[in-house]
Amino acid sequence: MSWYWKEVNREEWMNPGHLACQGCGATVAMRLALKALGPKTMITVPACCWTIIDGAWPNHALKIPMFHTAFETAAIAASGIRAALDVKGEKDVTVLAWAGDGGTFDIGIQALSGAAERNENIIYVVYDNEAYMNTGIQRSGATPYGAWTTTTPVKHPEERPKKNIVEIMSAHRIPYVATATIAFPDDLVRKFLKAKEIQGTRFIHILSPCPPGWKIASDQSIKVARMAVETKVFPLFEIEDGERWTINYWPEGRPVLDYLKMQGRFRHLTEEQVDYIQRFVDHEWEKLLKRHQETHGSLPEEATVSASG
Amino acid sequence: MKVLEKSEMKVITGNHAVSYGAKLARVEVIAAYPITPQTTIVELLSEMVAEGDLKARFITVESEHSAMAGCISASIAGARAFTATSSQGLALMHEMLHWAAGVRAPIVMANVNRALAAPWSIWTDQNDSLSQRDTGWMQLYAESNQEALDFVILGYKVAEQVLLPMMIVLDAFILSHTSEPVEIYPQEVVDAFLPPYQNPYALNFDNPQVIGGLADPQVYFEFRYKLQKAHERAIQVFKEEGQRFGELFGRTYDTLEPFMLEDAEEVLVTAGSTTSTARYAVQKLREKGHKVGLLKLRMFRPFPFEDIRQALRGRKKVGIIDRNLSYGHHGIFYQEIKSALYGQSGAPLLFGYVTGLGGRDIRAEDIEAIYEDLRSRTEPQEIIWKGVRL
Repeated sequence: MSWYWKEVNREEWMNPGHLACQGCGATVAMRLALKALGPKTMITVPACCWTIIDGAWPNHALKIPMFHTAFETAAIAASGIRAALDVKGEKDVTVLAWAGDGGTFDIGIQALSGAAERNENIIYVVYDNEAYMNTGIQRSGATPYGAWTTTTPVKHPEERPKKNIVEIMSAHRIPYVATATIAFPDDLVRKFLKAKEIQGTRFIHILSPCPPGWKIASDQSIKVARMAVETKVFPLFEIEDGERWTINYWPEGRPVLDYLKMQGRFRHLTEEQVDYIQRFVDHEWEKLLKRHQETHGSLPEEATVSASG
Repeated sequence: MKVLEKSEMKVITGNHAVSYGAKLARVEVIAAYPITPQTTIVELLSEMVAEGDLKARFITVESEHSAMAGCISASIAGARAFTATSSQGLALMHEMLHWAAGVRAPIVMANVNRALAAPWSIWTDQNDSLSQRDTGWMQLYAESNQEALDFVILGYKVAEQVLLPMMIVLDAFILSHTSEPVEIYPQEVVDAFLPPYQNPYALNFDNPQVIGGLADPQVYFEFRYKLQKAHERAIQVFKEEGQRFGELFGRTYDTLEPFMLEDAEEVLVTAGSTTSTARYAVQKLREKGHKVGLLKLRMFRPFPFEDIRQALRGRKKVGIIDRNLSYGHHGIFYQEIKSALYGQSGAPLLFGYVTGLGGRDIRAEDIEAIYEDLRSRTEPQEIIWKGVRL
């Protein structure tokens, strides 16, 4: 934490007024991301909570130029801005696409895959609140197994694990893919600083708690995000050039129940379902460990603490 | 016919005429996706960019939807953006066509008129472009390959003044894949006509504004009012620039083009390459002593109401040839002309001829048959099918 407070720009690129719900993870994520990227950034936002958060015309919550685009077009809209800047010789501008999970995992994946395959020189961020929250909590391809949403009611909750967007993106062999959350601001800011210096498509997946959608109190967002990491539900790691995997934070390895029980959207889960989630999370973590080990040759000491948890 | 001494004459297809038009217009960003019969437009542009003959970024997008989305954001970020498409591709772009007009991005796009599936067809009709009439785009219909080239240059000149996107429309195969002599103007003359693209509202750091964001009921209406006002202004801008184009390049363009219209009692109305066939037929009919004339629709959006009224007022009968149909209604040019003439004194009787859908040939003898049919009728008729086998 000390590193963060010393290195991070104290200047704000987000104005105090905006239209987000209390405790919205997506606003904290934006504020932190812009601290790393700075004012020479152009941003494009498709249909998502941030369409509203930014405010109605002529208000604008950010001190950087923003272009609103259609739901499925964030990646190409960013690519178009980049192309225009390239032609005009403005190479020192960061072009940022900032989309929700619906606009990334589902309706926007075609344009995103195209941009990544062409290795467009953009940073693409998905702030993932694990459902269509802006329309009132409908399931998306990012909704995790067992979660309640208005289209996966308690009698018929989500039956499939969430889509592995990080592996999909790394399979495009883009130079940089990373996960981050608002509970680890130092890690998040570091990843944006690193991404800013890389050329090509950079993809950052931010877990972004949503108090109304996750049925948590608005002062619990950061705690829930932290617990997602400590239970290995959402590990913090990065993948370089689609090959080099690095775990950035070694979790305490707490039982997934500690994460699930904080949220009303999982209240209906049975013991068997919680066990299933635990086994799934353990399995995914083992895969991640292997990849880290393949990249780095060994595991650090913290890894054993984490595994025994 | 070569007008400017320093021009180069090339025998090229309509598609390549469009590519040369885009090159002369010095487009800066091209985002495009292949579709028959458009593909050779962007193939040639891709070569021009690769060879360094055109200083532009070419984005090989994964769909037409992205082609349009990429052009919009490039245009909003200050680059002159171009794309080309056809039929299904244009239909896929539909959402973004509204977006382009909504954020007032002066993109120029060529659409090669091709019939929509199902069933599959790659041949020409006008339903693809006419289905997009309410998106806020301007539309010009080319009769020849030269017009296709000229409209790209003229299109940017008009689009960038009124901040509206412009669609250049040319018929599949009849123009797109047929070669004609085309005058390629000297770059410096085009540069004198078309200055570099400057959009005062482009994304910038001095005034980090938001474009395309949420407009509540207190402001949305005014945005849309301004879009309509821009269209109304665009007619005059097109006329002035069409005149100026004529002074520089020797080809003057107006919203309509009359042929043997002065004393005509009966008038045929066409758009696109059918006009050339109709011109030949009308000439032959004139030789036989018939008082027939021809009116070519060049500009479809904004719709030139006043010019239509002036051209058709006092005629006895007008036959409108539609290579398109609004299902459950009538031919689309027929509807539009009817709306312009409603309640006007001296309005002629109107006859709507639907023909040539899906690329069925419209020959000179078909036009003559349409004229004979027109002469024989005394009561106006909304749809008259020509050439359909029943």
